Amino acid sequence: MSQTSFKKIAEDNMQPKEFSFDKENMQLAKKILKIYPKNYKESSIMPLLSIAQIQNNGWLPKKAIEYVSSFLEIPEIKVLEIATFYSMYNLSPVGKFHIEVCTTSPCMLRGSDDILSFCEKKLNVQIGGVSKDKLFSLNRVECLGACVNAPIVKINENYYEDLDLNTTDKLINDISNNKKVKIGSQSGRKGSEPRKSSYDKKR
Amino acid sequence: MVQIFIDDKPFEVEDGITVIQACESAGVEIPRFCYHEKLSIAGNCRMCLVEMENSNKPVASCAMPVAEGMKIKTNSEMVVKARKGVMEFLLINHPLDCPICDQGGECDLQDQAMAYGTGISRFVEEKRAVKDKNLGPLIKTHMTRCIHCTRCVRFSEEIAGNETQLGAIGRGEDTEITTYLEEAMDFEMSGNVIDLCPVGALTSKPYEFVARPWELKKTETIDVFDAVGSSIRIDSKSDKILRVLPRINEEINDEWISDKTRFAYDGINNQRIDRFYLRNSEGKLIEESEENIIKSIHNLLSNTNSSQIAALAGNTLDCESIFSFKKFLDELKIENYDCRQDDSFFVPSQRFSYIFNSTIKGIDDSDSCVLVGTDIKKEAPILSSRIRQRFLSSPKNYKILSIGKFNLNFPVELLGGTSSSIKKLNEKKNLDFFKKSKKPLFILGQGAMCQADAADIFTYCLNFYQKISKSSGWNGFNVLQTFSGRVGALDLGFYNKKNISRSLIKQIYDGKFKVLYLMSADEINFDKIPKKTFIIYHGHHGDKAVKRADLIIPMSCFTEKEGIYVNLEGRPQISSQVKFPIDGVSHSWDFLNKLSKSFNLSVFTDLNDLREKMFLNHEHLGYINEIKLSKINKSKHSKLKLSNQEMKSNISNFYMTDSVSRNSQIMSKCSLAFSKETK
Repeated sequence: MSQTSFKKIAEDNMQPKEFSFDKENMQLAKKILKIYPKNYKESSIMPLLSIAQIQNNGWLPKKAIEYVSSFLEIPEIKVLEIATFYSMYNLSPVGKFHIEVCTTSPCMLRGSDDILSFCEKKLNVQIGGVSKDKLFSLNRVECLGACVNAPIVKINENYYEDLDLNTTDKLINDISNNKKVKIGSQSGRKGSEPRKSSYDKKR
Repeated sequence: MVQIFIDDKPFEVEDGITVIQACESAGVEIPRFCYHEKLSIAGNCRMCLVEMENSNKPVASCAMPVAEGMKIKTNSEMVVKARKGVMEFLLINHPLDCPICDQGGECDLQDQAMAYGTGISRFVEEKRAVKDKNLGPLIKTHMTRCIHCTRCVRFSEEIAGNETQLGAIGRGEDTEITTYLEEAMDFEMSGNVIDLCPVGALTSKPYEFVARPWELKKTETIDVFDAVGSSIRIDSKSDKILRVLPRINEEINDEWISDKTRFAYDGINNQRIDRFYLRNSEGKLIEESEENIIKSIHNLLSNTNSSQIAALAGNTLDCESIFSFKKFLDELKIENYDCRQDDSFFVPSQRFSYIFNSTIKGIDDSDSCVLVGTDIKKEAPILSSRIRQRFLSSPKNYKILSIGKFNLNFPVELLGGTSSSIKKLNEKKNLDFFKKSKKPLFILGQGAMCQADAADIFTYCLNFYQKISKSSGWNGFNVLQTFSGRVGALDLGFYNKKNISRSLIKQIYDGKFKVLYLMSADEINFDKIPKKTFIIYHGHHGDKAVKRADLIIPMSCFTEKEGIYVNLEGRPQISSQVKFPIDGVSHSWDFLNKLSKSFNLSVFTDLNDLREKMFLNHEHLGYINEIKLSKINKSKHSKLKLSNQEMKSNISNFYMTDSVSRNSQIMSKCSLAFSKETK
């Protein structure tokens, strides 16, 4: 399964030697800790791992797992269990833009397979691989939970919705040229409001 | 109590238990893999499905609490079909390698597949294969066999609670049981996962391809590697001990044993002393006949003034050996003998001062705990996990204070590392806490009791305990012994009654004695003993003492005789003979008999005669498995001086504490592999 491709712990030569939260993230982490009761501080493990992943360019090195485990005073294996269970955590390096294409039924019906193969061709990346310039990595994921706006692509932390081949092409171009991109629906509709024009015409 | 119906028969069962427990008490067997009485409920194997009225799906009986009027069916068509289905699913990825699997013959999966399975599989796709993990020198893994019951994971988390734990990484078909980055399982109770594993995924490395369970002779006995006296079963085949397993004993070890208990058995046959030796003028040990040895001992002892003879008893001796030794010495009017090679402190003829008064079961009733100079995780792993379980049952209310910095498997509030920090108990915050505590537990370790200021530590703790103790029915003042023979020896009075000032060992080092008779006592520093002292070593293993001894007498090891041991609670237990002594070796009391004859002293006719004479003065030893409770006596107030000495455990290397475990290859592998721990 391609889903497991970023779930393997990276080789030692790719692992950074150290990891610790930077100043901002430290503040954020302490804030998150406060949400949970003191004797249940391990409950904050998932947001902490997310922070660590964002800080480390989208993937979790061993050092980050060990850091979070000592931060929460729980055994390392408990952190690794969480990090390997959820598909949102990557354990090996990803591209600067980590593209995840949803291919579960609603997205598939709205053409996600075409988007996935289009991305593969355009970026010259295999599913579960990283491009040579390390700018893009591509993965196929299960339901991203925004089926109303299918098909969806998740790039790093943001969702891009209502895609077709043209808008996907534009989206990738804009991103790689460091242009500002609108997050959310790419077809111009607001949120998930009814698609008035096309719907009405057909009626 | 609630009434439930199991297979249409009414049963009164306790409130709050689960259906599987109710069925168990009603004598109905429910197959299971993930459920285990001593562990939390996981409910992930689905093997224990039963039919419940008003539920159109089968329910997992391990996770379903009983309710009034519940109607359970354990043998209906639905249940049989469900079990067959679950079994087929479980076997999908399980390899068919029972003939080469160490678990074969005692495998839950094998048995239950026979009893509840279909016998066929409709699965034609590729099976899953999982890389084996290297979990250290004790546990062999074959992870393709794993059915993900997570018993081992729950054990390492709930009972052992070490830093290195097992976990399940990945999910679905990719789930794998491992430690973080395949670190070795270096905790003192790791071997128990072998027993817990219902399949052959985790098996014993030393027992790898050694025997099949039906070939083994099973002897139920007790463990002597630590003072807990765990109930064990020794499996042997033609005089060779092949493995050690725990027996269930709720009052002592639940159903766990430590790794030393489980794996040190191979030391029993290594480096055995099986002949008599005498060191000649060139310093070489020469084999001698028994008569010559008895003659030379006779000459030696009768030509030496009895005040110049000292005797020490070892740490793992049974009561019979110690009693016969004491009788021999008493009749020869030798007074300088002791069982404490470490000079540990106790109050003479006050039994409460050297036993675990609250009893092991009492830990479950306690509501706070103070550890004084004890690395309990190394000294008594069974007790340590019991305290951990007590702590986990109410983590908010159960407070554990520790004096001495140790790496324990439960969180403690550290009062300080030195003995003077005991005074912090008297701080207002702590006093307020103990006001609310009805059943406090004080555990004084041998680390503290071997210190120079042990008497002061003891008195200070005792005074403080008496100050805070309330209920008269509770005695929570405990001293944790670490050696299986110690309590028995102290009960029998094997210590110098005149010279209690703990100076015997020092006098030995100073060369005050011409002759030193050691009965398997290896723990003293032989380099410090002056060369002119003549050392008689009466023991079973070629250990430290043999290099220095001038005369060596062989004796039988603990698996070769039946003996009474008193565990740390003061509970006399009897060990069984697993095999006959090796060739040319007799029991310790047998040899002492022959020696007594040469002196024209009284002799024991046989073991029963010895025991009868022993029970005459020490009646409580005859009541096997019964604890004689002791009451605390008030201590005399004296000026207390608590030093600033750092508290240390008396056990530096958990895997090597006596002559047997020092001669065990498995134990030496462990202490090499886990040297990070033992540093």
